[in-house]
Amino acid sequence: MNIYLPIAEISVNVFLLLGMGGAVGFLSGLFGVGGGFLMTPLLIFIGVTPAVAVATEANQIVASSVSGVLAHWRRGNVDFRMGIVLLVGGTLGSVFGVWLFGFLRGLGQLDLAISLCYVVFLGVVGSLMFLESSRALFRRRRQIDTRRKLHQHHWMHGLPFKMRFRKSKLYISALLPIMIGFVVGILAAIMGVSGGFIMVPAMIYLLGMPTSVVVGTSLFQIIFVTSTVTFLQSAHNQTVDVILALILLTGGVIGAQIGTRFGTRLRGEQLRVLLALMVLAVCGKLCFDLVVTPDDLFVLGVAGAH
Amino acid sequence: MHLRAVLLSIAVMLLALPGFGQTPLIADLSEHQIQITTGFVGTDVLLFGTVEPDSNVVVVVRGPEEQTTVWRKARFAGIWVNDRRVVFERVPSFYAVRSNAPLDAIASNVTRARHGMGAEFLRLRPEDETISAQDVSVFRNALIRNKQREGLFASGGDNITFLGGQLFRTRLHFPANVPTGFYDVEVFMLKDGHVIHAQTTPLIVRKAGLGADVFFFAHNYSALYGIIAVLLAVAAGVLAAFVFRKS
Repeated sequence: MNIYLPIAEISVNVFLLLGMGGAVGFLSGLFGVGGGFLMTPLLIFIGVTPAVAVATEANQIVASSVSGVLAHWRRGNVDFRMGIVLLVGGTLGSVFGVWLFGFLRGLGQLDLAISLCYVVFLGVVGSLMFLESSRALFRRRRQIDTRRKLHQHHWMHGLPFKMRFRKSKLYISALLPIMIGFVVGILAAIMGVSGGFIMVPAMIYLLGMPTSVVVGTSLFQIIFVTSTVTFLQSAHNQTVDVILALILLTGGVIGAQIGTRFGTRLRGEQLRVLLALMVLAVCGKLCFDLVVTPDDLFVLGVAGAH
Repeated sequence: MHLRAVLLSIAVMLLALPGFGQTPLIADLSEHQIQITTGFVGTDVLLFGTVEPDSNVVVVVRGPEEQTTVWRKARFAGIWVNDRRVVFERVPSFYAVRSNAPLDAIASNVTRARHGMGAEFLRLRPEDETISAQDVSVFRNALIRNKQREGLFASGGDNITFLGGQLFRTRLHFPANVPTGFYDVEVFMLKDGHVIHAQTTPLIVRKAGLGADVFFFAHNYSALYGIIAVLLAVAAGVLAAFVFRKS
């Protein structure tokens, strides 16, 4: 059964979309990640233009992070104060990101920028995660406490505008989370990802937040950043396809529930190795497409972009 | 669809009876409006009509014209990057040509150029007139090739069929990605390589139903659309958390 997507302006099989939503939802439930970094490239592979894929995926992430944050909120794992500070940076970043998005589209280099961002971030995060988790998998007995070393005082603790974050047990400059939020906001706008895969490590390793509150706080601010992106993309670029987003999130919600139940049966390190391999596979595919000589060296530009 | 085609053919035959044959060229479409509904996967429109005996028929379909950019990729540091572009003015967003015999056999090059019979005879001019003729031709061919790959420039085919000497019919295919807007369907009657009579029939391609409403809303009330998109997603998220709450 095909459905004509009004904004994407293509006709796609509904069950394919539900299946994609389900599969990515399953993986995100399994690994506890947003899944945007998988869904956006998938949408592009099936023929949705990058501009629509990125903006629509931001809309879908709003839904998945709302349902996620409610679970964490009930357990008291959200540092709202930190979330709001991150959000200030995130909002600024997403405004800048949406502007940059339009600018790159005008230059005719948007597809390239999206692909390059994906290759770089997926490559770095995937490799780091793979090294860390495979090491953990082979030397499970040995305790390595990397966090203590990173908790030493260095330059970033000398920054002004210090704030106390009681829930995270931190007294640090507000500039740090604002900067992290800013970078993640740009990524959300350009790549159509929640940025969780950057945000979570940054909160643990750069800010030194306790792991228990990291995911909930990250989800909390992701809601607002992706909402901002959705709104701005709709208002400026008219690239949000709500029909597509609703179909994807229907599949995604169901998949995520199955994934979460499945995930409790696997060990943490095994999960992370699998996730790392998957991230690297997506990265490899995108990298291949950039390097391999295309069948036709000429492409048509987006209508109206010149 | 089949029953309809049969009925239409009968109608055409009636038109072709003596007494109806005063006008040298009569042609019409089975539909003048293509509606892109939620279930749209492309459609066929039947074009039929009559001409004088011993003449040839060419049909040219053109979608609304738009500015189109063609990029040439080049390799930089190992990766393929959009490097050079040529912007073409007034490119038909959709183009198809049909004839009852190979075009070069029934129409002179002058006629083909004047009426745009065949993609290679379309008047495609770059915005920047200083570009060398050689470059223009390379980018022009690339434009046609890309449009053909997308199914938007139907590479002709001499598949207008005659029933008897005067009745003709052909099926025009419009793919799922057909652009919306006002189309011109031009029917030419040719003799000895020259156009004797021509008729233009309008065709409208428009979105309809829910999809059309969503599109209209997204483009005319963009900010409100954004707010609704966010609220819908929040509601869906809350609903999901509620339905799947761990018991």
